[in-house]
This record gives sequence, structure tokens and C-alpha cells, in this order.
Amino acid sequence: MSDQFTLAGTTFSSRLIIGTGKYRSYDEMKAAHTASGAEMVTVAVNRVPLDGSAESFLDHLNPKMKILPNTAGCYDAEHAIRTARLAREALDTEWIKLEVIGDPITLLPDNEQTLAAAKLLVAEGFIVLPYFTDDLIMAKKLLDAGCPAVMPLAAPIGSGMGVQNPSNLRIMREQLPDATIIVDAGVGVPSDAAIAMELGADAILMNTAIAEARDAAQMATAMNFAVRAGRLAYLSGRMPKRLYASASSPIEGAIN
Amino acid sequence: MSFLLPKPKIEAVANINIRLNGEVRDIDMGLDLVRLLEHFSLPSQRIAVELNGTVVRRSDWHATQVNEGDRIEVVHFVGGG
Repeated sequence: MSDQFTLAGTTFSSRLIIGTGKYRSYDEMKAAHTASGAEMVTVAVNRVPLDGSAESFLDHLNPKMKILPNTAGCYDAEHAIRTARLAREALDTEWIKLEVIGDPITLLPDNEQTLAAAKLLVAEGFIVLPYFTDDLIMAKKLLDAGCPAVMPLAAPIGSGMGVQNPSNLRIMREQLPDATIIVDAGVGVPSDAAIAMELGADAILMNTAIAEARDAAQMATAMNFAVRAGRLAYLSGRMPKRLYASASSPIEGAIN
Repeated sequence: MSFLLPKPKIEAVANINIRLNGEVRDIDMGLDLVRLLEHFSLPSQRIAVELNGTVVRRSDWHATQVNEGDRIEVVHFVGGG
């Protein structure tokens, strides 16, 4: 299948982007990453511990994978911008997953602060991939600000609830046919990923659904299949939904 | 004929207080950022340093002195989504 995914000039053959958090061991993370087929992974920026316990986390990632740093844990535009600048300096990458959180219980995004940060970071040359509420108008504003893609949530981060508002994703897809839409957060099982892809998402970003599975590598394989299946289904064009039956076998000619 | 006595060395180095990754630390005056990282045995690769809210490029670490009251953040990467 030569259905490639291009984002800000970089082409990926996988439409699955995965996280690096919550794994029980580095070996488990590496096995899951390999099984997922993903070519881009997210990482978080964090203070180096002063007690000498710092580990070189990045050494545990497949060097072929593109690293997408995030601004997780930031509650306003200023902190997200500072975090993005630090990530760029440390990794020599312009790519940033912009995440500005509104409150610690829901981890829902602060869209206003996200937009403010996106505008400034784009002006500084960043490739800004913003996590935001699944809202068409917000998506338009983020795209107008110069983001090469938008990353609406399916459900709260780490909730595993699946696509809570499929209508919003459908509307976003239909109204923004040329936009790159990456569903970020909320996927729990492969069917959730497939649904998001069937609705027309260009890619999925997930972490907890794989990392918290009892067998993370096997779940990563399942997610890999699900994203491909959902993508193929979207490209194939689904049948219409009908309230009543439509016989598959001929009515005429049945014996009586 | 007179001769010069060696001047006594001043061993006492003045200390300064900084806030490093949110924690108050007492360090010798006169350290640059490279020596600050060494002093705390912090990694120097794939990290970034921010001084009073502004990123200091790696190439400027040697030339950047740490001063009293500085707020310094040293970050690296950890697992995340």
C-alpha cells in the first residue's frame, strides 16, 4: 500500500504516532514501538534531577524514529513556549507537539492559550502540532495561525474512552478537506483507532492504550492493524446507513 | 636588599545563591554554565539550559557566568505522550 502520510514535508508510511510514557520497562517500550510500525514518537521535556539519577532516556529509542517533543505539563502559553524553545535547543528540531492544559483533573486543553502559543511559535519557525478540543472553529484558527496539522482529542488524555464525538470529527473532515487531522488522545482499543480513521483522520497519536495494555507489544500490533484498516475503509468509502434492511440475496426466485 | 614574600592565597571563595530546577542551591561565585553542570554532575548532551527565562545556546555556555539570584532550568527528555 503506497498510501503515504506527509506532514510538514516529511513522509511517513505509518499513520500511527506513539508515545513513550508509562511503560513498565524500556524493553517493553522498545518491543511495542517496533510492533506498532510507528515512525514518530513523542517525548516530554522535564527537569534533570539534581541527585545524579538522570538516565539517558533517548538512548532507548530506535534512532530511526523521528522524535516529537511535547509541552506536556504546561498550563499557559508562556510555559509552553519556553518548553518548546528548550526542546528545540536540546534536540535541534523545529517540531513540537503543543499542549497547553487547562486543568489537572480532565487535562483538557486550554484552547485560548494554545492558539496564542501556536502563533508565537510559528513566527519563531516551529512546526507546531497543537493538541486541542475537537472543535471546527478552533481547528480553523490553528490552521490560519500556520500549524501544518491540527490534533483534536478523541477523549481526555489517558482516558481510553474512544471517540466521544464522532460528529465533530466528521464535520472537521468535511469542512477542512485539505487539512491534516491527527486524532490525539483518548483512544483505548483498536476499534477506537479504526473509528477515528474511518471518519477521515489522517493519523492517530496514542500512548496509554498501548503502554497500559497487559501485553503492550501485542496491543501495538493490533493498533497498527486498526489504523491501517480504518484508513483503507475511509479510502474505500463506506456504505450508507439505512434504518431498514436491504436484502443481499435476490427476493425474486426464492422458493415458496 | 629586599625580597617579596608570596602573597597569601585567598582560599575563601564567595558563595552565591541560585535557584536550579526550582531548588535553592549555594554555589561558588564565578562558575560558567559548563562548570555549573559539572559541579552538579548533570549530563551535558541532549539537554538544554534556560537562564532567567531565556534559553542559552550550547555555544554560549562557556561565556555565561552564573550570578546571585539566577533562575536556571536544566531539562532533558523523559517518556511522554
